[in-house]
Amino acid sequence: MGEDMKGKDTNEEQEQVVNPWEVSAKDGGKIDYDKLIDKFGCQRLDHSLIDRVRRLTGRAPHVFLRRGVFFAHRDFNDILDAYERGEKFFLYTGRGPSSESLHLGHLIPFMFTRYLQEAFRVPLVIQLTDDEKCMWKNLSVEESKRLARENARDIIACGFDITRTFIFQDFEYVGGSFYNNMVKVEKCVTYNKVVGIFGFTGEDHIGKVSFPAVQAVPSFPSSFPHLFSGKDDLRCLIPCAIDQDPYFRMTRDVAPRIGYHKPSLIESTFFPALQGETGKMSASDPNSAIYVTDSAKEIKNKINKHAFSGGQDSEEKHRKYGANLEVDIPIKYLSFFLEDDDELEHIKKEYAAGRMLTGEVKKRLAEVLTDLVERHRLARSAVTDEMVDAFMAVRPLPNMFD
Amino acid sequence: MGYTKDQLLARLKELQIDFAQYEHPTVLTVEAQAKYVGDKGGGLTKNLFLKDKKSRLYIVSALADTKVDMKVLSQRLGLGKGGIRMAPEEALGEILQVPLGCVTPFALVNESARHVSLLLDKGFRTQEHCFFHPLSNDMSISLHANDLDKFLKSVGREATFVDLEANPPVGKDQPPDLAAFVPSGSTILSDPPEKTVPLQGHTENPVSAYKKSTATTVKTTKVPVAVKNVKDKLAVAAHQPSVFSDAGLLVEEILNRTSSLLLSEIKEDSIRQHGEHLGTVVADNIKKRLSSDLKSLAIMFKNTAYAQGFYAGTHHHPKPL
Repeated sequence: MGEDMKGKDTNEEQEQVVNPWEVSAKDGGKIDYDKLIDKFGCQRLDHSLIDRVRRLTGRAPHVFLRRGVFFAHRDFNDILDAYERGEKFFLYTGRGPSSESLHLGHLIPFMFTRYLQEAFRVPLVIQLTDDEKCMWKNLSVEESKRLARENARDIIACGFDITRTFIFQDFEYVGGSFYNNMVKVEKCVTYNKVVGIFGFTGEDHIGKVSFPAVQAVPSFPSSFPHLFSGKDDLRCLIPCAIDQDPYFRMTRDVAPRIGYHKPSLIESTFFPALQGETGKMSASDPNSAIYVTDSAKEIKNKINKHAFSGGQDSEEKHRKYGANLEVDIPIKYLSFFLEDDDELEHIKKEYAAGRMLTGEVKKRLAEVLTDLVERHRLARSAVTDEMVDAFMAVRPLPNMFD
Repeated sequence: MGYTKDQLLARLKELQIDFAQYEHPTVLTVEAQAKYVGDKGGGLTKNLFLKDKKSRLYIVSALADTKVDMKVLSQRLGLGKGGIRMAPEEALGEILQVPLGCVTPFALVNESARHVSLLLDKGFRTQEHCFFHPLSNDMSISLHANDLDKFLKSVGREATFVDLEANPPVGKDQPPDLAAFVPSGSTILSDPPEKTVPLQGHTENPVSAYKKSTATTVKTTKVPVAVKNVKDKLAVAAHQPSVFSDAGLLVEEILNRTSSLLLSEIKEDSIRQHGEHLGTVVADNIKKRLSSDLKSLAIMFKNTAYAQGFYAGTHHHPKPL
């Protein structure tokens, strides 16, 4: 992907780096999310907003909201205000299909988006940026298109409602109204601006330079005339990981200039690698993550062997001093995936006090993740070529707001 | 019956393919073959007949000097390290219908070999001609790579030439570059039954057993998930009832899961612990523990119905009145 450029801020070399192509903490420590929110200029998702979601949807807010996984936003209240007035919105999320196997970290935005779709009963567009991967990962066009369709299967398995969901891949869909909007956006962003935001250099090929427009325009309803014709006023909510913020800062800057609503964002933290926050989830190390294709045995082994533990070295020491929850990966993972708040609290309390051992925590985590992965696999087995075709067909969705 | 050498040679002549033929005593190795045709210029070839853990078969045909690293090849195919090994001898006779020591791209003329994947060394194209066995080890024929290509096209195969010595990195962001060579469709080699997904859980046996039976049902009707790069044929022929397409099976599955959970929750201990409130406790637990699983089943049921309807609708061509 992008070169090792951080834009014009070369004096930020010692600071943490967060952009679509690079995420690294300062001095190999943890990402400082407060600083990030400050720097990016987005808002914290506070409890009052979460309560508001509970009231408006009539159901418990998603575990990711309760645990602060989705922790920042831009103009999420505008979406809720409009919703309260009876005005709907649509969801937009996406994936860059760069590999066949997805790991749990990849599933997180989709799990959350699926909840949003269910809770608010709104339509969703999912963009597969096969062109981006073709360009940045130097894949062939055929291979990137193939990967996009493969990834679509795992995405569908997350449980999206086909009567409200349109999945598309850039190589097939770009054109028509979508392209009209792309040009409108491109006209509003100078070369210098994209260099400033994304750090492109004179050596980067021209495809990369104009790609941001491709990721920007699904925020506008007129990009999908078969879905939202006549609904130019429809707002857009984008759930994504916070490293995608630069694309949408640019989009929000452009939107009013071309007569569209600014899209709202709801952003998540990063999912840590098994080896710890400072470790990188790396493709070449399958032990740094749990994949949706892992068997129960592999999950158990990976957790036991590679999950970074905050427990003490010996049982006596552990029972005496307890565990360091700050760095413990099984606890972190449980806070993402264990739905029962009470049980999680209990485990944290007992583990920190040294009454519960690392082995027990890891065992519970393995159970939770195995359930999740098995459910995903079962759902994925239902995904046929016909189903993928149907999800990706340019077709009206008459019941999308029901 | 497998093609004979003579049938193959006749076929080549029919296709007007230029080739030279050399008879010699039966040879089983490239070295032995070299004794007889090594001085004729062109490239000697080595031909490997390989099989992966899912019993899919491959012929790798390379210049004798090309280094073929099985570990690298395995990774490039997306089979992990050590995912590929020599195919058993029986397969030679059964699938390729050639004798021992006679692996050759020409074996693909046989119907039985239709699912065997073929990888050709791009080095073939640099040679004036290359030597192969024409389905029998007592002869070698030499022909140009283009003519091999022509022959393969005539039996409905693509000839793709690959850099077999390359060792590109393979990982999450660099997909295996030869993944497209992994054959789709069923294999003919009999094989130990595919292991069902081990659904061991923390819950009692009844739950696992029910989960297992579902998984088996589902697995036999749909494409197994772990197989990479499977080209799904629009499974119109393969539509068998599954929990996602048949209401009866869906309800059965829901009731099975609910009953096992119920049974596992109602035990001496829990009866003693909750007494008359056991009902409420169990009801809450069931809702809590089954909600995600059942929602997942239900939405896929809905999606399946829609997809089938959509397919039927888009493929319907009403006759003009």
